[in-house]
Amino acid sequence: MSRGGRGRSSRTVELILLVFSLATSMAAYAAVGLAHDGALPAGMLGYGGGLALLFGAAHVALRRLAPDADPVLLPAATLINGLGLAVIHRLDLAYADRAEALGREVPSAAAPAQLTWTAVGVILFVVVLVLVRDHRILQRFTYTAMLAGLVLLLLPLMPLIGTTINGARIWIRVAGFSFQPGEVAKILLLIFFAGYLVAKRDVLALAGRRIAGIDLPRARDLGPVVVTWVASLGVLVFERDLGTSLLFFGVFVALLYVATERLSWLLIGLALFLSGSFLAWTLFGHVRERVDIWLNAFAPRNVSDDSYQLVQGLFGMGTGGLLGAGLGQGRPDIVPYAQTDFIVAAIGEELGLTGLMAVLVVYAILVQRGLRSAIAVRDSFGKLLAAGLAFSVALQVFVVVGGVTRLIPLTGLTMPFLSYGGSSLVANWVLVALLLRISDAARRPAPSPSAVSLQDARTQVVRL
Amino acid sequence: MNTPLRRLSVAVLLLFGLLLLNANYLQVVRADALHNDRNNSRLITEEYSRERGPILVGEDPITTSVETDDDLRYLRTYTNGELYAPATGFYSLVYGASGVERERNSVLAGTDDSLFVRRIIDTLTGAQPKGGSVKLTLDAQAQRAAYRGLQRTGGKGSVVAIDPTTGAILALVSSPSYDPNLLASHSTGEVTRNYEQLSSDRSRPMLNRALRQTYPPGSTFKIVTAAAALESGTFSPDSEVRNDPELDLPLTDTTLPNFDNAPCSSSGAATLTDALKRSCNVAFGQIGLDLGADALREQAEKFGFNEAFEVPMRSVASRFPENPDEPQTAQSAIGQFDVRATPLQMAMVAAAVANRGVLMEPYLVQELIAPDLSVLDSTRPRELGTAVSPQTAASLAQMLTAVVEDGTGTNAAIDGVRVAGKTGTAQQGGGRPPHAWFVSFAPSDTDSQVAVAVVIEDGGGQPEVSGNLLAAPIAQAVMRAVLRR
Repeated sequence: MSRGGRGRSSRTVELILLVFSLATSMAAYAAVGLAHDGALPAGMLGYGGGLALLFGAAHVALRRLAPDADPVLLPAATLINGLGLAVIHRLDLAYADRAEALGREVPSAAAPAQLTWTAVGVILFVVVLVLVRDHRILQRFTYTAMLAGLVLLLLPLMPLIGTTINGARIWIRVAGFSFQPGEVAKILLLIFFAGYLVAKRDVLALAGRRIAGIDLPRARDLGPVVVTWVASLGVLVFERDLGTSLLFFGVFVALLYVATERLSWLLIGLALFLSGSFLAWTLFGHVRERVDIWLNAFAPRNVSDDSYQLVQGLFGMGTGGLLGAGLGQGRPDIVPYAQTDFIVAAIGEELGLTGLMAVLVVYAILVQRGLRSAIAVRDSFGKLLAAGLAFSVALQVFVVVGGVTRLIPLTGLTMPFLSYGGSSLVANWVLVALLLRISDAARRPAPSPSAVSLQDARTQVVRL
Repeated sequence: MNTPLRRLSVAVLLLFGLLLLNANYLQVVRADALHNDRNNSRLITEEYSRERGPILVGEDPITTSVETDDDLRYLRTYTNGELYAPATGFYSLVYGASGVERERNSVLAGTDDSLFVRRIIDTLTGAQPKGGSVKLTLDAQAQRAAYRGLQRTGGKGSVVAIDPTTGAILALVSSPSYDPNLLASHSTGEVTRNYEQLSSDRSRPMLNRALRQTYPPGSTFKIVTAAAALESGTFSPDSEVRNDPELDLPLTDTTLPNFDNAPCSSSGAATLTDALKRSCNVAFGQIGLDLGADALREQAEKFGFNEAFEVPMRSVASRFPENPDEPQTAQSAIGQFDVRATPLQMAMVAAAVANRGVLMEPYLVQELIAPDLSVLDSTRPRELGTAVSPQTAASLAQMLTAVVEDGTGTNAAIDGVRVAGKTGTAQQGGGRPPHAWFVSFAPSDTDSQVAVAVVIEDGGGQPEVSGNLLAAPIAQAVMRAVLRR
């Protein structure tokens, strides 16, 4: 099989984009230092060299392991990761200043930890590319993935290791390390969804009764979607994790639609979503509270209390305006959890609308490249897996940014690659590795006609 | 599967489109509103990181910003907080600001347009920007004398003293008062607790009685009625007035008696001067009936009734009733029925008489001073109008001097200074004890330097309520403080 010029030129484009991403990350880091100390940060060269080495290694790995893979995915993820590091570092400085002013103990810095996790993430990225030489082998682990995914999802509920942080029971703590297994469970469950739907799509696509011009599926085929719905509600009830619950259900319904091409599944999903939301709203105080904070964010009873985080984030973005206060020159530290859930507000405040839109566009590009790979890849499993991975990023970004900008109620998810958090960062690097693996298969040139004569070639059935 | 995948990517683009639109709405359309929202903690930290300018009385700062090692850099600190609270107001993290702190906030905070160039220079030189200072018209000694006097009665009340020739407020006191330091703390919990305690206190310590509380002025209003009588041209200080022990009110069964149910003058005939000196209700009730409600209202409005003043804090308007019938007119002429006046208003009445009939606009802020000590603005006295003619003013001054020298207001007399004054004991009805009033100015024979109004609510809880007994000594102390005697 000949590897033509296409792979090489893809990697060259990737390298150029990667240099741009790294330069932007370094510029952000430098801006933070200049604003805070009036001088370039001391470790600037080491930091820049480290990042270049790390992502350079990822690039080299792609050259060897997936030469035809999409050239935009890695630079896009790198840019967001690098910018996130600068913003987290910036907030570290603010927290340290404040603690010093109040004579309290300076909290441990998050940026070095995030840098370590970035390294771990990139290493796992390479490991995934080495181990998964063809994404189709993942299909074999469909039910193993389901089991592992569910176990991970349920781990935080276990006594001893499960920990409740800020009302959500989504953490486990083992030997001093805390970990959010939901992020890894997300990928495992996406593998399961893809594998399961490939196997069952023909059955699920069978038409049942026709109502109002729409073919409804047969009642007995409703099983899987109802199970997912119940599981999502379970996550919501027992782990109080609105975001993850919404994410799983949304991605599953989207994949169900993609697999069966039946609009009715979307409508059923929507109906289940609405009834689930209503049920949650009537049954659970914490859901009602979220909705109240969203609708009445500026009500005096909420403003300095329940909706403080949300409105202070909004005030920050309003204060930032079009161009922002400049990195290191605003007060994003006023907003609680600015390094994790509310990092978008920090970007809106200091980089302004311009910076926030740029970040959103980079996410949009990342997702669109992922969906493109789904369209281009030939096997159904690859299509569903790529679509699931890409759409999960899109939905997560929408839920987080929509929550922080008060488009929808707050749910408490983190921004992929951007927010502080090891489990999330590592899981997302694995996610991008899988997308790159699929895109490599999608973009690999077909065997040249000279090598295989037309008569000998098998008839390819391409489902469009 | 590609058709649904393409649709999915369009849906994803729509989701991102929504996010972008919403971000534009927040950061462009709503940007200013969000930035300037009073709950935006950024504004507060910005404000507290600048040294807010002091408020001065004379050359002494009574309110300053003190540097702390707190998260918010400067703590607002009030010396003699209770004494000056009606003027300074408070400056609070939770409740905003009031008084001069609020009305002259832009200068104190250093954000005023007049400080624009200064700010640019500070930015360029890297100097820490500072707020300007506000110098009040208050006379520290007069303020203290007034507050001490009110404290001594143990009751609620207010004192306002004005320089009659300029309108500058020399004393502005309300009692009971509160310490603005209680609301200036950087601990929001502490501030909230203190504020709730103060606002639920039934003696209403945060009420600025001098500007914001009206009382029936009682007999002190007879100055206005006498002014209307003289201005009408049909009366002179020597005109004979009705001398019965009580006045039959038309249309009713009730009568309006004199204080002691005796005739005004034992000699059988009384003059307008006698009537003022002894504060005869019958005489003034009759004058009110003779002149009519419109003439009384017109005169009252010339003194400033039915109008609010900004000193710069806004006062409430004092009132003369709109359509009183005859008995109500007679009641109004002696400052009862629905006549209501703030202490500020009654001080203005005295001040206008003292200033040869010219009413000056009352003001509390003398100067606005930049951080470099250059004067940004100095208040120029402004005439509000002529309340009475110079002749009427002179006659009134003479008659009111008689009140202090050998009438009902002897407790206001000062050795070697001619003092004019008028007592008042204003009935409240409902079985509550009357308010004690005293309104005066001095010197009354040459250029007056001070006009005062004192009110003591509910007679200070004393068994015997009279303006001369309770309020006149306070007025005297304030006048002596201003005259330095």
